[in-house]
Amino acid sequence: MLLMLAVIIAGAVSAPWISRLAGGRGAFALVAVPVVALLLLGRMASGEAAEVLEAYTWVPGLDVAAAFRLDGLSLLMASLVLGIGVFIVAYAAKYLEGDERQPRFMATLLLFMAAMLGLVLADDVILLFIFWELTSLTSYLLIGFDHTQAKARQAALQGLVVTVAGGLCLLVGLIMFGEMAGSYRLSEWVLQGEMLISQPTSGWALLMVVLGCVTKSAQFPFHFWLPNAMAAPTPVSAYLHSATMVKAGVFLLARLYPTLGAHPGWQWLVPLGAFTAVFAAFMAFRSDEMKKVLAYTTVMALGTLTLLIGMGEAQAAVGFLLAHALYKGALFMLAGVITHETGAKALSGVGGMRRHLPWTWGAALFAAASAAGVMPWVGVIAKELLLESALGHGVWVVVAAVVSAGIVGGMLFTVALRPFIGAPRAPRAPEAIHEAGPWLLAGPVALAGLGLLLGLVPGLADQVLVPAARALGAVDPAALALWHGVNHAFVASLGSLAIAALVWWLWPRTLRWMGTAGWDRFGPERAYDASLGALGAVAVGVTAKLQSGLLRRYVAITLLSTIVLLLSTLLLRGDAVVWPQFSATISVPIVLAAGVLVLAVLAIRLVDALSVALILGAVGFGVSLLYLWFSAPDLAITQVMIETLTTILLVLILFRLPRMRRLSSPSQRMADMVLAIFGGGIVSLVLWQVMAAPSPVSISEWLIARSMPEGHGRNIVNVILVDFRALDTLGEIVVLALAAMGGYALLKSPPNTGERES
Amino acid sequence: MSLLVALPFLIPMVAGSVSLLAWPSRRAQRAIAVVGTAGQLIAAVVLLVVVWNDGIQVLAAGAWPAPYGITLATDLLSALMVLMTGITGFAAALYSLPTISSRMERNGYYPLMHMLLAGVAGVFLTTDLFNLYVWFEILLLASFALLAMGQERAQMAGALKYVVLNLFSSAMFLSALGLLYGLAGTLNMADLAVKLPALDDGGRVTLVSMLFMLAFSIKAASFPLFFWLPASYHTAPVAVSALFAGLLTKVGVYSLYRTFTLVFTEDVPWTHGWLQVSAGFTMVVGALGALAQTDIRRTFAFLHVSQIGYMLMGLALFTPIALAAGVFYFAHHIIMKSNLFFLSGVIYRLGGSYRRDELGGLWTARPWLSLVFLVPALSLCGIPPLSGFWGKLLIVRAGVDAGSGWLLAAVLVTSVLTLLAVMRIWADVFWKAAPQDRPVRRAPLPVMLWVVTVGLAAGTLWIGFTVEPLWALAERASAQLLDPSAYIEAVLSPELP
Repeated sequence: MLLMLAVIIAGAVSAPWISRLAGGRGAFALVAVPVVALLLLGRMASGEAAEVLEAYTWVPGLDVAAAFRLDGLSLLMASLVLGIGVFIVAYAAKYLEGDERQPRFMATLLLFMAAMLGLVLADDVILLFIFWELTSLTSYLLIGFDHTQAKARQAALQGLVVTVAGGLCLLVGLIMFGEMAGSYRLSEWVLQGEMLISQPTSGWALLMVVLGCVTKSAQFPFHFWLPNAMAAPTPVSAYLHSATMVKAGVFLLARLYPTLGAHPGWQWLVPLGAFTAVFAAFMAFRSDEMKKVLAYTTVMALGTLTLLIGMGEAQAAVGFLLAHALYKGALFMLAGVITHETGAKALSGVGGMRRHLPWTWGAALFAAASAAGVMPWVGVIAKELLLESALGHGVWVVVAAVVSAGIVGGMLFTVALRPFIGAPRAPRAPEAIHEAGPWLLAGPVALAGLGLLLGLVPGLADQVLVPAARALGAVDPAALALWHGVNHAFVASLGSLAIAALVWWLWPRTLRWMGTAGWDRFGPERAYDASLGALGAVAVGVTAKLQSGLLRRYVAITLLSTIVLLLSTLLLRGDAVVWPQFSATISVPIVLAAGVLVLAVLAIRLVDALSVALILGAVGFGVSLLYLWFSAPDLAITQVMIETLTTILLVLILFRLPRMRRLSSPSQRMADMVLAIFGGGIVSLVLWQVMAAPSPVSISEWLIARSMPEGHGRNIVNVILVDFRALDTLGEIVVLALAAMGGYALLKSPPNTGERES
Repeated sequence: MSLLVALPFLIPMVAGSVSLLAWPSRRAQRAIAVVGTAGQLIAAVVLLVVVWNDGIQVLAAGAWPAPYGITLATDLLSALMVLMTGITGFAAALYSLPTISSRMERNGYYPLMHMLLAGVAGVFLTTDLFNLYVWFEILLLASFALLAMGQERAQMAGALKYVVLNLFSSAMFLSALGLLYGLAGTLNMADLAVKLPALDDGGRVTLVSMLFMLAFSIKAASFPLFFWLPASYHTAPVAVSALFAGLLTKVGVYSLYRTFTLVFTEDVPWTHGWLQVSAGFTMVVGALGALAQTDIRRTFAFLHVSQIGYMLMGLALFTPIALAAGVFYFAHHIIMKSNLFFLSGVIYRLGGSYRRDELGGLWTARPWLSLVFLVPALSLCGIPPLSGFWGKLLIVRAGVDAGSGWLLAAVLVTSVLTLLAVMRIWADVFWKAAPQDRPVRRAPLPVMLWVVTVGLAAGTLWIGFTVEPLWALAERASAQLLDPSAYIEAVLSPELP
């Protein structure tokens, strides 16, 4: 299976060059890529085994392996990905012929194909997730194909954000299950279903996985990105956004059904899917643009699939999936042909094309017939399976299924008929309109024809669908049949056809009113836009508050954090706080300390820089007197020298500088004062705690003992500086050198831009 | 006992001094820049290999045994960090060659760069907290000079905030050192690890450790102390901001990792609980900040803050997988983030602006460059199979294992915000058509810019596709952090020569 992926990736990487061969015709040759992969798949599936496992070590330390599994379900999906892929590549080669962006497009399309194939074949869930994200990414690049249009960029980003956000939830859910199961293999999870379900956090994990699936598969309320994704070129809409990628979520749900289907939370998929289906059918009904109609009907199909998987109806689900992929792929490509040839995008803008586009019409009718569930197309089997399943699950499920299927059938007939009947009209002059060539029509004609063939010979479909249903846990799927006799499902099916007819009749009459009624003012998409807007506002607001550009505020926040952290630790952790004891007697150090304090306050009060510098010098001298009192003469001498030098230097510099100005208001200064007093106070309190602790055994004894005999110096401070801790001194020398260099660089030459060009 | 341990900072120190002596000759300085950084890189590679094969390496400076003299030591974490220093330094030196103005070269750009690298390597290698302070001072002054030497108004404003807030951190660090020495009578970290548990200190060490946490958190630019980073990173020359992006905050995060696994583990629920809070807020607030920017370098600076949160989360959860995830993220992040800053410089060169609303058209005009940009950009978003995906995967796994729901929620929110911020850059700078008055420049790029950006992108791809080598390293490094007995023993009883 790795070989298949390698073939497609190799095709993708070389696609930009191949596309340019033969004067830009090389893109047609790329059809060979999915064909080769399809042959490989066929050879692999022809074996006897019900499933083929293939695994390569990748990241053993993380239990991640390149493990693949080919069973009935992945075979069905892989066949769709590659089979439809063949026609899509051919279609795209023609559709974008001569476009200078075609080489990139073909490469991205093939890359998507590889990602999608990997997704359906993966057995390791991390591997599955990697391919999952790659499909989102390639989808992003393809939706944004027309990247100079703001609308395409927005639609691309919307799709990416929704699917990747869901993907993140999925990742969390998969990891949660992985940690519970002690394995990251789907094939091993299946064996531990009951254990997984009984875990206390399995509800959360399931919710996260389902969030991932429903965003990818465009379920309400995350459906809105899909209709917008129609900004992509038609081959992309037909392939990613109807036949394959959007089915990934449904596919994963189906994959997990045998493991987690018994979880009580699984039932919620039923109302979710049913609501999505009805809602999307309604949205399709009020659309005019062909691709929009098709997109909403796709959402409806995805809702139906979710509904079926929620009910655990394996056979109906895979049958519906297959039928939908065939007719919807065809219809999208045909809509693309209509737009390509006539220039029309809206249904109301085109009509009477039956003579100009006869093949297109024929194929469209075939596809629509299958979609609406008309005898003897394969769609009717799918629909009756759906209705039969629904009958077992209550009246309202049946109603939802009948109504949504009816509306969608009617709308798809609208798409397949209205452009072709009546008087000829189109944006382009009717004389200039010709039928598309074989490259564009091969796909839709083949897919539509297949829909009829599988309906007439259901045994063919059984070959794929029965193993797929088995993979989903269906014990003994019955063989498909076109005619089940007159039963409840048949009656319901007739009902949906009646609704379809009604929709056909109503649509042109209500379109104007429905389209302009202002429904768009509400709904999830508005919520998405609004939350993006709100997010921007919050981002700007928070950032403006925090990163205000005011150094004063930065220092204040830093100080405040210090106070909070120290105070909370002091009060909440460890022993009781030791408070300082003050004696009433006046001693020399107290007088000195008071003097220093008074001077410090004075320094704050003054505005004149020169006086401030002098007073700060005086503060320093006061401190050195304190050192002297506590018998540290060398420290005092050092301090005196430093104070003298800095004061002289400061005075020399300040002499040349403008006067300081007060920029802050009195209230600000008041707040600063409180903060400063608190900060200083808390640090003093911490110091007090440390002083109250018993003195430790210090390393200084050792140093004193060895200073003379081993360090050969009488002055222990000197020995420490140049011998015991010479590395520190070296570092400090570097610091001084750096300060000098920095000062030189700052003073040297006039301002300029930092770089030569950039 | 091996001199090898000191080489990663001795080589740039010597190179810096020689470069200073070669002041008049710009050509000599440029040659020394390449040779010196390459030398550091080679030393770092050899060191990592030796540590991987033979275990922790120790060097007692001046042969004075720990805890009395200064002892250098390197375990896997510090060897990995030194290697990252070497890579970033070498890349920055190459990138500097065609981009740094001759005026800056004449004013001592290269000596400052060497000394910065020496300071960073020193931080990763020392076992002595006071010595750590000295290395911090070296890199603070070197980075300040590099920031300010352009002398533009914005640079001076940025540099001022940078230096004031970092001096605040230094003052706190120094006070904390004094207090800790008063409690324990030693500042060697291994010695502290032995002596502190035996001390009946009534929670005082935890109290002092909060000061260390604050000082290092300022360096690491975590919430709510990150202001200096977005204020300054975008003002420096590109090579400098890439160097900073790779290394400066890592120094703070590394110090937190070292001290809060080796020394301050007395009250883990409290200290690491605060780190969790900080990590969560750092992620989200940083990403929000990124969304509010139009300047691409500022966007990346804020995202950098955000990702410091991921790294802190690894330490804060304090489990084997979480620490390993953090270490993995370190390495991946340095390569990716410095590349993004380098690429911003290339974008400026082509489009003449750093603002995404004034740029456009690069996807059409420069497809190869766009692909190179996509590698670190998508890695930043955590798109598989790039390195950032594995980082995110590991962090999520650590969060799931620790059952930390709200941190996981923060990771998810941050990821989406990051995606939005990065993809807006992609959409505006690459997809949008170039503005009429500002077409994309057609001139070929200097080859060095290709070498640096493609090389680092290849690194991101390599980590993403192989995963196992870096993960194995991260796992072993994490095991060393959680069981520091080997480190302590190696430091306190090295065989003397």
